[in-house]
Order: sequence, then structure tokens, then C-alpha cells
Amino acid sequence: MLSEGSSFMKGMVMGGLFCLVLSLMGSFSPISDYKTDNHHHHHVKAASKEELSRRFSDSQVQGLNNQIRVYCVIMVQPKNLIYWATVIETWSKHCDKAEFYTSESSKALEAIDLKEKDDWARLRKALKHAYENAGDLRWFFVAQPTTFAIIENLKYLILTKDPNEPFYLGKTMKSGELDYVAYDSGIVLSYEALKRLINVFQDEDKCPEKGRALWKLSEDKQLAVCLKYTGVFAENGEDAHGKGLFNSRTVDSLIADSIKDNPNDVVEGCCSDLAVTFSGMSPNQMHVMMFGVYRLRPYGHDFHDSLAFYPPEGSDND
Amino acid sequence: MRTTTITFSIGLMAGFVLLHTALNSLPATKMPSVLLRGVNQRGGVQPDPKAGANVHSAGNVPQTGRILCWIMTAPKNLETRTRHVRETWAKHCFKALYMSSAKTEFPTVGLNVSEGRGNLYWKTILALQHIHQHHLDEADWFLKADDDTYVIMENLNYVLSKHDPERPLYFGRRFAPFVSQGYMSGGAGYVLSKGALRRFIEGFTTGKCTHFSPIEDMALGKCMETMKVEPGDSRDVMGRQTFHPFPPEYYLVPQLPRPRPWFLNYEYYKPVEGPGCCSDFAVSFHYISAAQMYVLEYLTYHLRPHGYKHRFNPDDDKASGPVALPPAALG
Repeated sequence: MLSEGSSFMKGMVMGGLFCLVLSLMGSFSPISDYKTDNHHHHHVKAASKEELSRRFSDSQVQGLNNQIRVYCVIMVQPKNLIYWATVIETWSKHCDKAEFYTSESSKALEAIDLKEKDDWARLRKALKHAYENAGDLRWFFVAQPTTFAIIENLKYLILTKDPNEPFYLGKTMKSGELDYVAYDSGIVLSYEALKRLINVFQDEDKCPEKGRALWKLSEDKQLAVCLKYTGVFAENGEDAHGKGLFNSRTVDSLIADSIKDNPNDVVEGCCSDLAVTFSGMSPNQMHVMMFGVYRLRPYGHDFHDSLAFYPPEGSDND
Repeated sequence: MRTTTITFSIGLMAGFVLLHTALNSLPATKMPSVLLRGVNQRGGVQPDPKAGANVHSAGNVPQTGRILCWIMTAPKNLETRTRHVRETWAKHCFKALYMSSAKTEFPTVGLNVSEGRGNLYWKTILALQHIHQHHLDEADWFLKADDDTYVIMENLNYVLSKHDPERPLYFGRRFAPFVSQGYMSGGAGYVLSKGALRRFIEGFTTGKCTHFSPIEDMALGKCMETMKVEPGDSRDVMGRQTFHPFPPEYYLVPQLPRPRPWFLNYEYYKPVEGPGCCSDFAVSFHYISAAQMYVLEYLTYHLRPHGYKHRFNPDDDKASGPVALPPAALG
């Protein structure tokens, strides 16, 4: 009995050590020869109005305004056809380029058919296609059809950021040692980040197409692992007050929590005025959201924004 | 010997799984930093000074023209509903009165009436008599709302600002049945001018208006017609409705052309489904839960697309969008 007990204990210790070794190997990042990865910023903040006027002249801001253009990479599947159609009819109209990438083709809606069932492999293909077809667009926004995005606020967040620097933004989450950007609240990649990613796709050791053999990571974590090898790290998108701009939940859900947590200041305690994404809304809620975000407002409240974005052509719900 | 190998293997697996679970739930700081090259420590976030946009904090809400808001409520709703009205849109009222069957520290006005659908018109009559007696000179317009109505006071002010409050006028969501000039939906909220309020009171003192039905919005509408109070058209210059007797999702979701749904049956003006239903400067929505009040407050006053130049700018010299049609053509 005693010898069995001690052999069990020995086994446990060996098993534990084995796991530790594997984990350390998994998270060990090779020395990168990119000079820019020494800034350990963890959050990216939207510039405040004061900061903008301090750093830039009006015409410079106007220049930035015109240069910032976003390529939306929207990952769809025929099984969420209604959401897919709703995204086409709502927020994606505000992308400079909105491309829909599907796992299989649908007779009802057009998309780029990647003919790929594996989620991670499909995402890789989509990103590769986006990179190759970027034209002069330098920012990429990856979303699912259950996400609702306000592209103008995304542009405001990245206004003063250089797309030739690696940026990988959204709502950051932690999984053990890994910081990653959550998929459902949208993933923002600068041109440089995407370029590095496409390069590391060729490295089957660091960024295998079929994911790590031991346990399958979700695509958003896979993305973070691959990017980390290239010296690109997840950063949380926030407003000037530190409020997160990318939300994995609906407005209703976040407000419900705020009613419990901040009963005297529900709206202030909830969400940012500059929120970029919400997730989990029904298609009908997305239609209401278009009205609530782009149209509904109190008469007489004028904001003297430094930026100017115009309504898209041929649209009647914004 | 064999059993020890088995127990060893079990121990091996157990140790592996245990440590794997433990590692995944540990915060990052536990691992030595040389092995975590580039993994960031969560730093403190410095709050920056507020961005330049208009900010409305609790005590500092911009007031509108002199519109007195009176909200129909009941003792049992104060904590669950009325409190949230007070926290949200009622702050934008020049003056807000909460009409109930009991006087409380909320504060509520105690009217001499019991609660219940059967007494709604009595409650309205008593409320208007109270307002006429105590508050007539304090305001130019008198808005009635329920405790599940959400109102955007700035937009109500915009609708009313073109009209003379001394004239007998009344605004809201116009319904067609029962009263030949139409009547205004109670749930969507309706507004009486000072002139209209005087006529309503006069109607009851002279006996021209009576309590002939408990259906308060229809009965009040009948009294308005009797007393020659003019029902206004509250739609915007593009013919879009501002007062809404149901929540936004009833109207805004695009539909294929279809027979009129039940909730649009009473409409005086030809209803539109989809984005053309509702004005950018919407005034009210009804059947709004407490949580939804905060959602609407957030969407109306806080969340916005930074820098967006709205399509609908009625004050611009150039018309942006189709030229406004005269109301008759839209009816």
C-alpha cells in the first residue's frame, strides 16, 4: 500500500514537472530583432480633444481624417444568414471596404468563398486575402456577424496611430500567460501587424495552420500566439478615461450590470461615448442600434468635432 | 510491481492535469520575466481630462423651454419604474410632477383617486385640475407621460417652439378612431398648450366635458374636440413621426410591404415602417422598461459616431434630403 502511495506521488510530481516544462516551452518567445517591441504599452487610448489640438493643426487633423481608411474583414457562414444580411444592411456600410468571407457559399448572399471549415485556417485565408487586396487601405477590422461596430469611433481611436507600426487592438483578455484580443468584440490590425502575421503564417513551427497539436486553441488565441512571435502584442482599446471601447456584450446587458453596480450613475458608469463595438445583439436590435447611434439625438446639442465623416451613399438608415 | 506502474501513470496524468489547470488560472506575474519576453504587466490607467464634447452630469442638465412634465404613476411603481424616470429623462424637464393616488416624499402629488384602469380618466382630470390650480403660470406647455414612457425633452421643445402656447393646441401621436378630429395616444405622451389646458378646465366647470369613459386618452381627445382645441401635426419636416406609442423596434426594422400590423391600426396619418417611421428628433417611446430608459439615455445623449455629419439637418439653408411635403399630402 505504501509503495503504491509513493509511486503515485512520484508520478504526480513527474506529471507536474512535465506540464511545467511544456508550458514554459510554449510561452518562450525567441529574441525578436524588431526594434519597436520595447514599448510595453498595454492599452491604446483615443486622443482627447485637447491633445489633438495641441499636437496637430486643423489641416493636419483633416489630413489624418482623410487618410484613415478601414478594410472590414467579416467572417460569415450560411448558418447565420440573417446576421450576415443584417451586417450588410447596417454598420458595414461605414467601412471603406467591407469584404465578407464565408466557409461555404450561399445562394442568397455574395461573399468570398474560402471553402474552409476549420475556423483558424479560414481566418488565415481571409487575412491573407485582405492583405493581398488591401490597395491603399492600412487598417483592418476583423468581425463576426454578431458584432455591431461603429467605424467612425474606430477611426477616432486609431487617428494618431501610424499603421506602419504594429498595432493589434480590441478587448484584451488573458488566457494563462497569453494576452489576446477577443474575437467577438472585433480585432483591429494595422498594416504592419498584418504584414508580420502573413509572414509568420509561413512558419509551420511558430504558427501552424492546424494549430498546436496538444490542445486546440480558439482562433483569437491562435492569432495572439502567432503575432507574439513577430513581436506584436494585444492592446486594449480605451477612451481618454480608460473605459474599454470594445464590448463582448450588448448595451442592454452592460446597462443591466451598471444598474446594479452604479445605481446613481448608471449611464456614466456603463459604457463609453466613443464605444466601437458591442456583441450578441439580435438582427432587430442591430437595426434599432443604427437608428440609436447614427440618427437619434437631442436637437440643439452640437459637437464641434475635429473630424468629419459623411454618411454613405445609397443608405437610408443612417 | 504492476500496480505501482499503474499508480505511477495515474499520478503522472493527475499531476499533469492539476498543474495545467493551476497554470491557466494564475496571473502572469508568477512566471519569471525572462521567459515572458514581451508579455505585458497590467499597468495603471491614468485618467485624462475629459474630451471636449458636451457632457451632461447629474445636476447640470440643460433645460428646455417651459414645459411642465406630469407623470402618471402609482405607489407600487415608484421603486421599480418611476425612480428611473426621475434618474433619466425627467431631469431634462423644466418641472416634473409625479401624479399618484398617495402623497409621498418621492415626491408624488396625492390625487383623490384609486389606482386602476377604470379610474384613469378621473386621475387625468384631477391631475389637470391640480396643475391648473397650482402651476398654470409656471409653464407654457403641459406634457403628460406614463411611468413607462421615455421622452426626449429637447426634441419636444423643438416641435413646440414653432407654436404659440396661448393658442388652444395639443400635440402627440395622432389616432383616428372614436373622435372625428382624432385624439392623441396616452402612452406616447401628449402635450397641452396653456390655452388648451384652460379650455379643458373650462369644459369641466361648464359641463361641456364630462367623465363619459375611463379611456383617458380618447376621452380627453373628445373634450379637446368639444372645446375646439386644435390637434397638431407633430411629425417632422420629412413627415416622420416623433411620438411613438411602442418601443423603437416595432417601427424601425425594415419590412417587405405588408398589410398594416395591429399596432398601426389607429394611425391618423399613413404609417411608414422601417427607417422612415421615426424622426431623428424623436420625442417619445412607450412600454419602455426601467433598464431600457438608461439604454435610450445612453443612445440619445452619450453614444455617437464621432465626427459624423448627419443626413438630416433641418436648419441648413440647403434642404438635405427630399423637400418637405405639406401635411395634407402625407395624410
